[in-house]
Amino acid sequence: MRTAQAVAWKEIQIYFSSPTAYIVGLIFLALTGFFFTQDLGDPFPEATMVPFFDGAIVMFILLAPALTMRLLAEESKLGTIELLLTSPVRDWEIIVGKYVASLTFFLVLVILSFFYAGLLFVFADPDPGPIYAGYLGFILYGSAALAVGLLSSTMSNNQIVSAVVAMGILLALFFADRAFGSVSGLAGEIIGEMGVRGHFDDFSRGVIDTTNIVYFLSVVVFFLFLSMRTLESRRWR
Amino acid sequence: MIQAEGLTHYYGPYPAIQDVSFGVRKGEILGFLGPNGAGKTTTMRIITGFMPPTHGTVTLDGYDVVEQSLDARRRVGYLPETVPLYTDMSVNGYLKYMGTLRGMAPKSIKARLGDVVAVCRLGDYRKTQIGKLSKGFRQRVGIAQAILHEPQVLVLDEPTIGIDPIQVVETRRLIKELGSDQTVVLSSHILPEVSMLCDRVLIINEGRIVAEDTPKNLAAGLQGVERLEVEVGGPAAEVLPVLKGIKGVNEVAHVNNDGRHTYIIQAQSEKDLRDEISQAVISNGWSLRGLQMVGMSLEEIFLRLTTHEEL
Repeated sequence: MRTAQAVAWKEIQIYFSSPTAYIVGLIFLALTGFFFTQDLGDPFPEATMVPFFDGAIVMFILLAPALTMRLLAEESKLGTIELLLTSPVRDWEIIVGKYVASLTFFLVLVILSFFYAGLLFVFADPDPGPIYAGYLGFILYGSAALAVGLLSSTMSNNQIVSAVVAMGILLALFFADRAFGSVSGLAGEIIGEMGVRGHFDDFSRGVIDTTNIVYFLSVVVFFLFLSMRTLESRRWR
Repeated sequence: MIQAEGLTHYYGPYPAIQDVSFGVRKGEILGFLGPNGAGKTTTMRIITGFMPPTHGTVTLDGYDVVEQSLDARRRVGYLPETVPLYTDMSVNGYLKYMGTLRGMAPKSIKARLGDVVAVCRLGDYRKTQIGKLSKGFRQRVGIAQAILHEPQVLVLDEPTIGIDPIQVVETRRLIKELGSDQTVVLSSHILPEVSMLCDRVLIINEGRIVAEDTPKNLAAGLQGVERLEVEVGGPAAEVLPVLKGIKGVNEVAHVNNDGRHTYIIQAQSEKDLRDEISQAVISNGWSLRGLQMVGMSLEEIFLRLTTHEEL
């Protein structure tokens, strides 16, 4: 466990000293700020954060891979993976350590974005339910997206490839519900259920449904498990 | 300390090593010698538990590197061929991190750090970012992380490659020192280095062990012929047939060095022909300027073992 902590701590330090993470943070906060103000400009503005969440979700298809692409791809590139895998460290400790680091940086971004919610609460009288639920949904979605990114980072030693693969998977998950229409029967239903949108929209409407929580947590566990397996398989290649 | 049995590793359909078996005793320095692509790195990666062999087993201190991987890995310090460093970290930060990964307590890391930094002469660079260090210093940082946790087994893949001669000498001295109480496995294609450092040499070629012995025995045992270098003051055209005529002489090669005529004589088996040669030279009225026995150099043995044609 102490080694997982060490891995996480090292990665967190890198996040807070690397330009990539700050650029991601800047883009995230600037654009979500823009989405947030969109609705407020209407003649009859609504004290809602729905546009903020919608925008944030889409942006995270691009930003989550940018945060995670380095995590293991760089270790392979630098060759430090050889030290990591020959140290008495379990594979899951590496994966969990890396994941926790990316999650920490993501949560810092989320906390910074509370500023927008704060503005609403100060200057308007929003319905708090959808905001709390929306944040919960966004955190769950972000966690899932980072797990996807981590998996693709274990698959390649090229950061670009790793980012693009993650974006591909996230886009597929985002648009999966569209396949519902084109594939009939049970298969269509299953693919539709895999879609992120359907599960997220409930949250931004203020509905906390256990099914949706389970969905996102399953995605996290599934992709972390695959990451562990992929890391393990590096030994056999 | 290390026991490898029948190691075979395939990359796809290609065997990198085949049926490699060897043992290393505690406190011994074992050298892997072989041309590039012979399977040295593959063997080392298997010993360190980086990847499992397709067939065969390795035990370190009795722990199987695949089955009891964590226990085995705890006993290993490893310096891969390309020194793996996080270039953004400081020397101190990197070593602390590696120590933690190796399961050291913060206290013992602190206690060891000073020693390791002194041994590897990194004292002035503890706070320097690794990316800014020269190749030689990076190599030292690499060695520092390998010895930090005082591993019982130290595996060094090409430890002196790409660093300047002064640092090479220092690195060798360091390895020699470490070898006095740790088991060291190192690979190299620099022959004098291996013969200087190692108690035992494994010559590996095309994935197979072709010879295994002490550097001295390899040089002595493998030749089967004694070689003599003779410098004679006399006309080469006459000297050559006389030398060839001596009983027990297999072959004579003539080297003309600006009028200094040297003859390299290959004798059959282990016969000492010095007396016969000196008498033959003197009785012909030539002067004997030099006569010495030449062992086969490790280079020659190596070439002999790794190329198929006879020298």
